[in-house]
Amino acid sequence: MSYHSLSGSLNQLQVDYNHGCQQPVSNRPTHSAAGSERRCSVVPTRNPGHLKHGRTPHYSLTSRPYDPGSAMQDSPELRVPRRYFFRECQFGLARFALASLLSADRLRPAATAHQTRSLSSLHFVPRAKRVIFLFMAGGPSQLELFDEKPTLRRHDGKPVPATTLQGQDLPFIESDAALMASPLKFHSHGECGTRLSELLPHLGTIVDDIAVVRSMRTDAFNHAPAQIFLSTGHLQLGRPSMGSWVTYGLGSEATSLPAFVVMNSAGSLSGGAACFGHGFLPPSYQGVPFHSRGTPVLYTQNPPGYDRELQRDSLQLINRLNHDRFTTVRDPEIKTRIAAYEMAFRLQASAPELVDIASESQDTLDMYGIDPQKPSFGRNCLLARRLVERGVRFVCLFHQGWDHHSNVVGGHRSACAVTDQPATALVKDLKQRGLLADTIVLWSGEFGRTPMAERNPALGRDRGRDHHPNAFTSWLAGGGVRGGQTIGQTDDLGYHVSEDPVHVHDLQATLLRLLGIDHTRLTFRHQGRPFRLTDVGGTVITKLLA
Amino acid sequence: MKLANPSRSSYWLIQLMGAWSLLALLFIAPCGANEHWAFRLPAVPTLPTVRNPTWAQHHADRFVLEQLDRQGHEPSTTASRSTLIRRLSLDITGLPPTLDEFKLRLQDTSPDAHERHADHLLASPHFGERWALWWLDAVRYADSNGYEVDRPRSVWPYRDWLISAFNNGLPFDQFAIEQIAGDMLPEATLEQRIATGFHRHTYLNEEGGHDWEQFRWEAIVDRVHTTATIFLGLSFSCAQCHDHKYDPLTQEEYWRFFAFFNNVDEPFLEVPTGPITDRRKTLLSQIATLEKTRQDIFPHKSPRPAGRQENDWRQHSIDLAFHTWCRHQAAAAVKWRVLEPLHYTSKMNATLSPLEDHSLLATGDRPEIDTYHVTYRLPTGPLHGLLLEALPHPALPKRGPGRGSVLGDGAFALSEFKATLPSQTNQQSPQPMQLTFLRPSATYQQKNRTIELSIDGDKLTNWHIQGGEGRAQWALFPTATAIPINRPTTLSITYLMNFVHQQTLGRFRLSITQDPKPLRLPSHPPQIDSLLATGWQNLSLPQRTRLRDYFLSVTPELAELNKQIQELRAALPEPPTTLVVTERPTSRITFLHTRGEFHRRESRVTADVPEMLHALPRNSPRNRLAMAKWIASRDNPLTGRVILNQIWQEVFGRGLVVTPEDFGTQGTPPTHPKLLDWLATEFLHRDWDLKAMIQQIVHSSTYRQSSRISAAAASWDPLNQWLARGPRFRVHAEVIRDLALTSSGLLTRRIGGPSFFPPRPDLGKMIAYANASWSVSKGAERYRRGLYIHRKRTAPHPGLASLDAPPRNTCKVRRRRSNTPLQALALLNDQTMLESAQAIAHLITANNADTEVERAQYAFRLCLSREPDAREVEGIVQYYHRQFQRLSAGTLDAAAIAGSEESKSDASLSSLAAWTATARVLLNLDETLTKE
Repeated sequence: MSYHSLSGSLNQLQVDYNHGCQQPVSNRPTHSAAGSERRCSVVPTRNPGHLKHGRTPHYSLTSRPYDPGSAMQDSPELRVPRRYFFRECQFGLARFALASLLSADRLRPAATAHQTRSLSSLHFVPRAKRVIFLFMAGGPSQLELFDEKPTLRRHDGKPVPATTLQGQDLPFIESDAALMASPLKFHSHGECGTRLSELLPHLGTIVDDIAVVRSMRTDAFNHAPAQIFLSTGHLQLGRPSMGSWVTYGLGSEATSLPAFVVMNSAGSLSGGAACFGHGFLPPSYQGVPFHSRGTPVLYTQNPPGYDRELQRDSLQLINRLNHDRFTTVRDPEIKTRIAAYEMAFRLQASAPELVDIASESQDTLDMYGIDPQKPSFGRNCLLARRLVERGVRFVCLFHQGWDHHSNVVGGHRSACAVTDQPATALVKDLKQRGLLADTIVLWSGEFGRTPMAERNPALGRDRGRDHHPNAFTSWLAGGGVRGGQTIGQTDDLGYHVSEDPVHVHDLQATLLRLLGIDHTRLTFRHQGRPFRLTDVGGTVITKLLA
Repeated sequence: MKLANPSRSSYWLIQLMGAWSLLALLFIAPCGANEHWAFRLPAVPTLPTVRNPTWAQHHADRFVLEQLDRQGHEPSTTASRSTLIRRLSLDITGLPPTLDEFKLRLQDTSPDAHERHADHLLASPHFGERWALWWLDAVRYADSNGYEVDRPRSVWPYRDWLISAFNNGLPFDQFAIEQIAGDMLPEATLEQRIATGFHRHTYLNEEGGHDWEQFRWEAIVDRVHTTATIFLGLSFSCAQCHDHKYDPLTQEEYWRFFAFFNNVDEPFLEVPTGPITDRRKTLLSQIATLEKTRQDIFPHKSPRPAGRQENDWRQHSIDLAFHTWCRHQAAAAVKWRVLEPLHYTSKMNATLSPLEDHSLLATGDRPEIDTYHVTYRLPTGPLHGLLLEALPHPALPKRGPGRGSVLGDGAFALSEFKATLPSQTNQQSPQPMQLTFLRPSATYQQKNRTIELSIDGDKLTNWHIQGGEGRAQWALFPTATAIPINRPTTLSITYLMNFVHQQTLGRFRLSITQDPKPLRLPSHPPQIDSLLATGWQNLSLPQRTRLRDYFLSVTPELAELNKQIQELRAALPEPPTTLVVTERPTSRITFLHTRGEFHRRESRVTADVPEMLHALPRNSPRNRLAMAKWIASRDNPLTGRVILNQIWQEVFGRGLVVTPEDFGTQGTPPTHPKLLDWLATEFLHRDWDLKAMIQQIVHSSTYRQSSRISAAAASWDPLNQWLARGPRFRVHAEVIRDLALTSSGLLTRRIGGPSFFPPRPDLGKMIAYANASWSVSKGAERYRRGLYIHRKRTAPHPGLASLDAPPRNTCKVRRRRSNTPLQALALLNDQTMLESAQAIAHLITANNADTEVERAQYAFRLCLSREPDAREVEGIVQYYHRQFQRLSAGTLDAAAIAGSEESKSDASLSSLAAWTATARVLLNLDETLTKE
């Protein structure tokens, strides 16, 4: 591939500049303000919070007596030479937590990018290495897709019993709204016999590979808060998103792509950038949006008139002058910047290569059912496969197209027409390439929809369904997930979970578990205490594990 | 779960653990107010003796040197003048020196040149801009509401207030009090009320169907967090759900502190200053002048008879027409009688207040849906119909008459309008009687959203006035039959407003008519209608004047003039507004919430401050103002330390306490506790003068050190926590922009005003509403300082975001500094950086230099404020020549690179383009982006 030769030439340049350096760029520990955050990660703990939860105390880097005059009283990194973290650190995840590609102080040139990994240093034997999250934003209706409710048919048109509602407020509908049965037909599929609605014929062909969770619950019933909750485990803003946590914990295997990539199709995302934000983690753990048109990554396109040669000349001069400055002021931050500019140059080539799907076979394109030129959820699914093939750790595909306050059946018919086949194809494609075994595919909305009909002439709504946090359905495949099963049940009306409730935090805990991480031990210290993805909740759903 | 009580368990632990563990435990266990250093009031530390007193010219230096002496290290040499000139300028004004300033300062060889430069910069109006940037991160200032919809908001007057507060040297205690409770100060000024915008940078949920009360509550949680973090460096939020695990803060104390904030309303305030207001004033005076001329240009009905004065005769003509008009209109006019509201409630806690004209105004909580129950005094007589007026008011969004958002700001939607008479009103209805209405009508209605829908018994349908906002609207409800009212009674009205997006009534008034005439919707405002029905001869003089003035405003004789007046009114710009808080007259009840959850109210609590800190004065009220004074009290051990630590961090890139957000037992202790205490006590000694403290810091020898890292220092103090060298770090995202614009001469130095929109790459449709309302600013506006960039929460400017500008979702008292490839790409390819490079190229080519070497030197000085060395010049010139050759050969598109539309000779265009590329390189140098 052409970009290799170009990036190679830039690397040679870097070798020239290494004279006078204390050590090669690759191993140069660098610092930044981010480094001064005390990073607990999975490593340490001198934190009594862990003790009191009855957890085994871990190796502590140092006890921390208060002595204002001592040099030994700052963050662990200050006490342990940074180099140690890169080379000698034996404390499991910390090594990977320090190795994310596009991060402040974790930057390595391609030559050393493929670090050997010691999987045994994770908390559990990992079943998966990467995640593709198909985020069906807007709130798909479990009743139209996964949760067949014959009883609801008998109550069609009758008001929902007050005993079911339990005084809960709903955004748009009244407490005496009428129940509405789904007119759609359900069929059994596969060996496991999982029942799916007629809107999901493709998914039916892979039910033996997926686990359907019909007992999902969440804490919010407006889109933005609920999307932020599913993404970050917290209703308030400022927490890291799942992808940020995972890349923080596991680092990246990609050499010239970001570790955490997000893409979008259909409508725009209500929750905004917070759904892939880094929260209080260093900014480099932010999800990087890839665009479906034009340049895939912002700012990767050269300015008008600049060709690749001019760009390379420019970067060479920048790096040369920076290097000269380094020899004078000897700030290691300059070395990091030199490496960052080199990586930027590579990224400029790799991003367009990624989205150039002309090399894919017609069979593949047909399987996804896509026109390679047109942006679509299907194209994003294919790109997701290409991303994980290139070592990207976490891919999130947002598809906000499920918010059917009116005509829920018609709306879902259209949404399924553009998502069912590609989502299924993604699982099949990963499987045939041997990637499914260690890639988790998660399909979920931020909440489900009410068994009651939504009718609102003022808003022009009829035969729709309202937001429903009490019960919804998600599915997972691959990466250590036991396929061919259905977990959980809802009551006869589909209103409450009646068996095996799975809270959003439980789902998040399970996801981390599959990646080999104990969700209570992937923490980050912020404002005096360790934070984690699952806040104070989360129980691993053992039934999901293969 | 709580940590075991140390007093009970410590005995056994002592038995079991070694001395180190014990020591560790002491600092882990919750400790009392007197045990943790930060909770003790700082004392003025004695000045230590140091080995090199001549270096330690300032008090601050003594404390730094003491630590270095102890560790056996020497401070670095003083940085070069050119380095210090740039460093000072960036620290104090956030701008690099211009070339002229730089030369001027370099020529000053007096011994106090540094101090003089510092003092000069401290007096610059850009000082306030630079330090506002620090504070805006902390208060999470943004220009949009966040959450779904993420609409723009107007709160920039707060930013203007902030800049001038810094520039005018507002003492910090006052600065804090005005922001926390400026509205409660006696005779609060406009500025003091604007300052309370401090509390308003919270998210605002405008998604349809949200629960107002929950998000009002969430916003207060955020305010407690922000206030406690910024001023006190406390992780008080930990105690929202349970007692703080490490610091002596209980959950009850959290909710008691919360109670101080719980009694605010969240209105907006008109800010009658600035160019927009001037324009309004001009237009309004034009309108007033035109209105006066009505009397002078009214056409004569017949030629003026000799002997009649011109003015006299004109009045006569007016009167003639006026009386004719009155007679015509009176025929259909109906007398309306305004009902006085006796009881009024809002189901969702909006505040209803009666105004003098008997209308009710809704303020305070702005719930998504609401139901008002209002009881009116009803006089005797036959009841023929009701008239509901929805009236504008300046306190309503876009002047109302509703309180709506999203689907029409200031609109309302009335789902059901029900009128009930109590029992025993008359013989016809021994039971309470619900009135039935026939053929209602309204001044404004949308298709399918007509007034009939408000009496159709279906609460899902409504009369919606979207499109008719900003002016009075009224609706007529004729009763099916005349209802005799035999004795004075009451009339109960239910206003059910069940739509979305806060479409509730804002100001409304109810009238009845006892007139037996056939009812029709008044085409004039109802009060005019009443005057007409009363008959001209029965009116008082002021009533007559009012009616006559009204006549002049509608008469066809003056159609042209009135149209002109209407056009002027339509052209009136919206008055600038800002978001503030006000204290509610009656207190809300605050509860302790179990596990910190909104729905789980436990016991009632009253407002108070945490016990571990100083108490409120004995007789002090327990309100927000008292809490503000408590924060800015000389007895507060935290505020001074916490703020000075943040200032130190801004200058040195790292706080003396590296966890500025946490001064509790889990925070990192200060590297220089005495220095921190000296700064905190000196701050009080100088009466909370922030500028004086910044001056102290930048005058110090510690500050003036070279930032070069010696091989030894790289190993013993890589992070420069012991301050044996000067600070060296990449400047803030906004400052990088300002650097480029200053070097290129493009910078617009105008201070204050609304935010602007710089160019931004297309964000696609990843994020909802990302591209809405982003129309790139033109002209000088486009080149304003980074501080003024429109901050859109759901879609932050990608260039700023990649350079670590926080999205301003939550309070940030520490910006991280990353160094990433995406950052490199943004710096290389962002439109503003490119435009700066192009402008620099123009400066270079226009500069009077003979050789490429001289031009390269000039370019270098422009961007880096120093002379390049020979090797640097050589590299630049080589690069320039190579690009010039490629450009001249036509391999590269010179016009595209130079961004030039002018027709120029090929050679000069190639030169311009080559210098553009060169300038782009210079702007991307580490040294350019760094404060050395």
